[in-house]
Amino acid sequence: MKLYCLSGHPTLPCNVLKFKSTTIMLDCGLDMTSTLNFLPLPLVQSPRLSNLPCWSLKDGNAFLDKELKECSGHVFVDSVPEFCLPETELIDLSTVDVILISNYHCMMALPYITEHTGFTGTVYATEPTVQIGRLLMEELVNFIERVPKAQSASLWKNKDIQRLLPSPLKDAVEVSTWRRCYTMQEVNSALSKIQLVGYSQKIELFGAVQVTPLSSGYALGSSNWIIQSHYEKVSYVSGSSLLTTHPQPMDQTSLKNSDVLVLTGLTQIPTANPDGMVGEFCSNLALTVRNGGNVLVPCYPSGVIYDLLECLYQYIDSAGLSSVPFYFISPVANSSLEFSQIFAEWLCHNKQSKVYLPEPPFPHAELIQTNKLKHYPSIHGDFSNDFRQPCVVFTGHPSLRFGDVVHFMELWGKSSLNTVIFTEPDFSYLEALAPYQPLAMKCIYCPIDTRLNFIQVSKLLKEVQPLHVVCPEQYTQPPPAQSHRMDLMIDCQPPAMSYRRAEVLALPFKRRYEKIEIMPELADSLVPMEIKPGISLATVSAVLHTKDNKHVLQPPPRPAQPTSGKKRKRVTEDVPDCKALKPLLSGSIPVEQFVQTLEKHGFSDIKVEDTAKGHIVLLQEAETLIQIEEDSTHIICDNDEMLRVRLRDLVLKFLQKF
Amino acid sequence: MKPTHNSFCHYKFPSGSPWSRGSPRPSVSASSPLRASQVVKPGAGPPERVDPAAGRGFRRTDGTRAGAPSLAMDPECALLLPGLCAVLADPGQPVADDTCLEKLLDWFQTVTETGSSLRLLQDNPCLVELLSHVLGTQDAPAGLLSFALRLAGIFGAQESGFQYLQGELLSGLFGDAGPLGQAAWTVPSVRSGWVQGLRSLAQHPSALHFLADHGVLDTVFSLQRDPSLFVASAASQLLAHVLALSMQGAAGSPPAPQDGAWPTCARRIVGHVEESLCSTAAPQVTQALNVLTSTLGRCHGHWTKALWAQLSPLVARLLEREPVPAAHSLVDLLLSVARSPVFSSADSGPWDMAARTLSRLGPLQAGPLALGLLKLQHCPQTLRTQAFGVLLQPLACVLKASAQAPEAAGLLDGAPGSSVPVDSLLSSKSACVGLLCQTLALLEELQPLPQRPSPWPQEALLGAAVTMLRLCGGGAAPASSLGGRLCRTLAGCVRVQRAALDFLGTLSQGAGPQESVTQVFAALLECLESPDSSPTVLKKAFQATLRWLPGPPQPPSCCALSPHTLLFLQELLPVLQKRLCSPCWEVRDSALEFLTQLSRCWAEQADFRRALLASEVPRLARQLLQDPESYVRASAVTAVGQLSGWGLQPASTSPQHPGAQQGLLGELLHILTTDSEGFPRRAVTQVLTEWLRAGHADVAQDTEQFVATVLQVVSRDLDWEVRAQGLELARVFLVQTLGQPGAGCPYAVGLPVASSPSALPAALHALGRVRLLDFALCALLDCDRPVAQKACDLLLSLRAELARRGGLQEAGGSPDPAAVEAALRGWRTGEQGQPLGELAPAAMLAVLDAMDLEGFRGRLAESSDRVERSPQSLLQDMLAAAGVRENQADCY
Repeated sequence: MKLYCLSGHPTLPCNVLKFKSTTIMLDCGLDMTSTLNFLPLPLVQSPRLSNLPCWSLKDGNAFLDKELKECSGHVFVDSVPEFCLPETELIDLSTVDVILISNYHCMMALPYITEHTGFTGTVYATEPTVQIGRLLMEELVNFIERVPKAQSASLWKNKDIQRLLPSPLKDAVEVSTWRRCYTMQEVNSALSKIQLVGYSQKIELFGAVQVTPLSSGYALGSSNWIIQSHYEKVSYVSGSSLLTTHPQPMDQTSLKNSDVLVLTGLTQIPTANPDGMVGEFCSNLALTVRNGGNVLVPCYPSGVIYDLLECLYQYIDSAGLSSVPFYFISPVANSSLEFSQIFAEWLCHNKQSKVYLPEPPFPHAELIQTNKLKHYPSIHGDFSNDFRQPCVVFTGHPSLRFGDVVHFMELWGKSSLNTVIFTEPDFSYLEALAPYQPLAMKCIYCPIDTRLNFIQVSKLLKEVQPLHVVCPEQYTQPPPAQSHRMDLMIDCQPPAMSYRRAEVLALPFKRRYEKIEIMPELADSLVPMEIKPGISLATVSAVLHTKDNKHVLQPPPRPAQPTSGKKRKRVTEDVPDCKALKPLLSGSIPVEQFVQTLEKHGFSDIKVEDTAKGHIVLLQEAETLIQIEEDSTHIICDNDEMLRVRLRDLVLKFLQKF
Repeated sequence: MKPTHNSFCHYKFPSGSPWSRGSPRPSVSASSPLRASQVVKPGAGPPERVDPAAGRGFRRTDGTRAGAPSLAMDPECALLLPGLCAVLADPGQPVADDTCLEKLLDWFQTVTETGSSLRLLQDNPCLVELLSHVLGTQDAPAGLLSFALRLAGIFGAQESGFQYLQGELLSGLFGDAGPLGQAAWTVPSVRSGWVQGLRSLAQHPSALHFLADHGVLDTVFSLQRDPSLFVASAASQLLAHVLALSMQGAAGSPPAPQDGAWPTCARRIVGHVEESLCSTAAPQVTQALNVLTSTLGRCHGHWTKALWAQLSPLVARLLEREPVPAAHSLVDLLLSVARSPVFSSADSGPWDMAARTLSRLGPLQAGPLALGLLKLQHCPQTLRTQAFGVLLQPLACVLKASAQAPEAAGLLDGAPGSSVPVDSLLSSKSACVGLLCQTLALLEELQPLPQRPSPWPQEALLGAAVTMLRLCGGGAAPASSLGGRLCRTLAGCVRVQRAALDFLGTLSQGAGPQESVTQVFAALLECLESPDSSPTVLKKAFQATLRWLPGPPQPPSCCALSPHTLLFLQELLPVLQKRLCSPCWEVRDSALEFLTQLSRCWAEQADFRRALLASEVPRLARQLLQDPESYVRASAVTAVGQLSGWGLQPASTSPQHPGAQQGLLGELLHILTTDSEGFPRRAVTQVLTEWLRAGHADVAQDTEQFVATVLQVVSRDLDWEVRAQGLELARVFLVQTLGQPGAGCPYAVGLPVASSPSALPAALHALGRVRLLDFALCALLDCDRPVAQKACDLLLSLRAELARRGGLQEAGGSPDPAAVEAALRGWRTGEQGQPLGELAPAAMLAVLDAMDLEGFRGRLAESSDRVERSPQSLLQDMLAAAGVRENQADCY
């Protein structure tokens, strides 16, 4: 059993598990932090961005002029942003049988895998995962395609040149694998390969293993997966949450008794408690708006935004903000808000029960009804007519490199009255802000990550007790910035096995058993013999029949009848020979009694030596050795078959036959 | 949580009131204003004779206590008693509920304490019949059996009663023939009743003989292991009591219990304790130690010294066991011995054992012993040092673990005691948290005591508290592996955070070097800033911050704040600003309370005023007057009211808020009129009272109009606390209008008040214009007693003040009798909503004079349930519950 690790990002995993002749890809996350090295794509012509100075090498060589621009001491690639793909060379991805998706954030690389690697298998995911995943991809493609950029920079990627660049471009890894965004056509084709599954549904893969999605409590439709055969169980835990937010709670009990638990997608901000962060978010939002400033919240169109809107729904009246407009701008804003209301069966119990009243499960419906929350596909069109300040704007993309957020950063960045509040934990806010410097607006970092923290992980591991834990290497040591925080790492026994990008891990357990069925008539013919109290043995002669990874013992064919005629003869030729079986022996030989027996039978000058495995009985006169070990006995004599047979019979006297 | 106030404190109008509806009222005429000079309490007995022994609890020969108020059986109760006994004895009748039986027992207890139980039994033969009946019934209900046992004990507490009951009755109830052998014995309440009965009974030598003769002690010994903790504990208490009683009887102090000179009971109990101390079963050892603790704690006769001499080797042997059994009880025992006046500081035995125990027990168990020893004045110095070391050990461990350099530890340097057990204890989270919280609480208790160790390691303790806060917040960077473990254990631990903040607050009483103070401020700020701080931690952090901020400079505004404090303040205000916007109401509430207290201390300080006004804080606080949470609105009212009083309210406000156009006063009056919750309205009345008292500019513009408006609104309020506070406001106005009551006192120091005797009519006119008398008279009939009492006090002080100033003559002649009569009639008929109309000052005085305010005060002072609490009412209730007699007392 092997695990191929194709992604180094702990929360955007992409691993391939080879287990019992199946090849299963676990998630295919897309690392978008690479886009931070690029200049933002402005929706409206930005003189500031277009007038940024070009960057040239120290020796004055200016051939990179067109590709690199400088802003406040940082160098950016002036090109269409590119994404860091999972490893494609480590394993032949056309051999992947199935892809299991755990949540919509972890499927963003799917088109790259299904459309460009010869993949012919099936993708399994829950319905909300697919629908919201589609929205995220649609938004991404829309953000990038609506700002066409003629130029595509590639010179800087040359290894010799990259070495000469300033950080962080110099240190960017795997730049050769970076790719531009996929197209909507590729997205549709990729999504067409998905088969929808429900929680606890058992899916047979070639009769060899069974996979089951379980609720992971992190997002709408998010799942953990169990991959099991008859005697082995591997749990894949990715992006789980024990907090009570909108999704169905996490199913922990089904993870029990795993041989291996692959643990990914823990919180990226282990030191921040989501409750505290929501408090910070609300306080800072209120402070800004009360001072007449605007608040910008760069976010994804689904996920935490539902919880934030719910908190604000409860908070705005108390904070006297009822008159402040909230805008949600995304090409998929409308679909996202509406989808969230229809996935009732995937929601937590509280929200589910609202549906029966009937009431919309999320209160943002009421915010929209009362005109407190308005949503628009983009800043163009209706929005510009309705726009009122001060206001709160939720919009993407959290990397601040593309999407409507770029426009608001340019618009509001100059005033210290305004505030940008970062709530998504996926991008470093300082790096995200780098191309907007100098910036007068206030920046607040309130990352809200509801995924498991290390305290919860240690409780979970105590509860489910897997034999082995496998996780990204980042989880086996404290974060580099807080090296003293020994509490911010996985602590379990035996210590967790760690992996990093492009590593192949032999999982630390061996398969010892295979389930084989016995046909009833064959079972009927068996005659067990009790050799020890409670232990019975029987010999079985049968034909092992294997098909679709299922093994069946069938009765052996009857001995062939002597027949005439060619046809029949051919049939008998196919039947394996069934030789008469030698009896099986069991029992042990007590050395002292054996020596006495030998003496009785006329052997003298017997010498016994103890060895590590048993005894050697030496018949010096006959120049013969009898090696007695736990599971074998050897008689070594020189060409004296008579003597050997005599000795053999003496040995057999001590053993049982059946 | 805010304390809740009972707003339904019903006051039942005294039925004996001469003016209560339906009763004849005295006629009032202008010429002879009637005033009852003496109030006769209904049901009050003849004057009592004062007994010199009263209050000292001396027991007379017949066992009764002298001088207690006469609560002897009255004839009404005596009449009801036979019926009640019959009900209780009747198996067909449901046994009255437990609380009634408990009350009945309490009453009998009181009756026998003040009178002779022999006479009680003789006068009421039904009682003995009841006991005999219970004894004779094989399957008496458990509740009744338990009641009978306890009742018999109460009657037998006096020797005369005991003799009367002795014979078959007592031995039947408490001896082998009694419930011991019956099925009812399996019910814990019966066993408990048995032990309690004996506990009451065991008061005299005859009872001791009874115990010895009936083999009762063996049963008590076995009950010490009873599965019911109440029974087991009562059994241990009984043994201690019997031991003390039997030794009291034995004159002189024999050398040792084993010598045979001790009474039988005592010898047997001591033997049992010895046996238990040698037992390997921890519960048995615990029971023995508990008996000893009770005995040595209560009895200080010389015999206790002999007892300790006899048993201390056995106790010492417990310390040799691994682990030490019953550690908590052992600690209690040793402290009890150490506190006992029988042992002088010269007796080294107890101290040696305490020292050994300190070193043998784990830090969690040794902590309370250490604190107990440190509290003792006469504890030897070496032991004090050792005990303090035990207390400091966990903190020393924390400091050591988190110190970058080992020499920086600083606490417990060179002190005896190893930190090894602490190190090992800190490995488990629950043990670590428990130990640290206990240690902090114990040191917090020790800190303010005069006998605390000296020198007090203030700086190191500050360091430890700050380190713990850092560890909890995840901000500490320990270098050692132990530090890493601590970091992992304490990260995010709210319990330790709260305890450390409390402790830090306590330490503010001692000085510290500037460096430490800066560290404290930094740690507090970290707590206040952290988004992860829970509301309770924040509250504690605010409290600790207040304690650490220096008090207001004396005299105010003469010297600037220290640069450190100013810097801290500048960092604190943005935090406060953010907390005022928190979505969690508890946080907003704590922040407002903090603001109120902060400004109370520093409002006159120029630097503070400047910093506060430059921040958003006052404006945010004012916005919270509209908060959806009533507690927050109330705190906002208090904070904003106070800020405004000090001129710290920003001029501009949001025009959206109702009443905002009229300024803050308008907004507060709006809350007082419309707020659906009581807390904000109470806060408003308090603030307005304060404004009136301090002469706030908004009030001073037109004080009479202000008072009239407030009184009018308040009089209609449903919350009694608001109405009571309204009376306070009326009182302040009264004082300001008429001058300080009793200002004529030649020794009174104060500014001369505007009013002079000649201004009295004008002042009375002012009172009339604001309808103060209307308000007070309505309040006098308020259904909530505190309001009526306050109104009565107000009117009494008004009348006294007027009388002092010359009364009617000064007020301008004789009043119009018709007006007075009309006013009183209107009021008497209970037309509370009807104003009296504007009365001439003379009429006002006449009305006051005509009323029996003293009588009112007397009746209001009586508890409203005094009738329902009487024994007679109890007996009637019990009979009524059984359907024997229609209860007329409780039909209201």
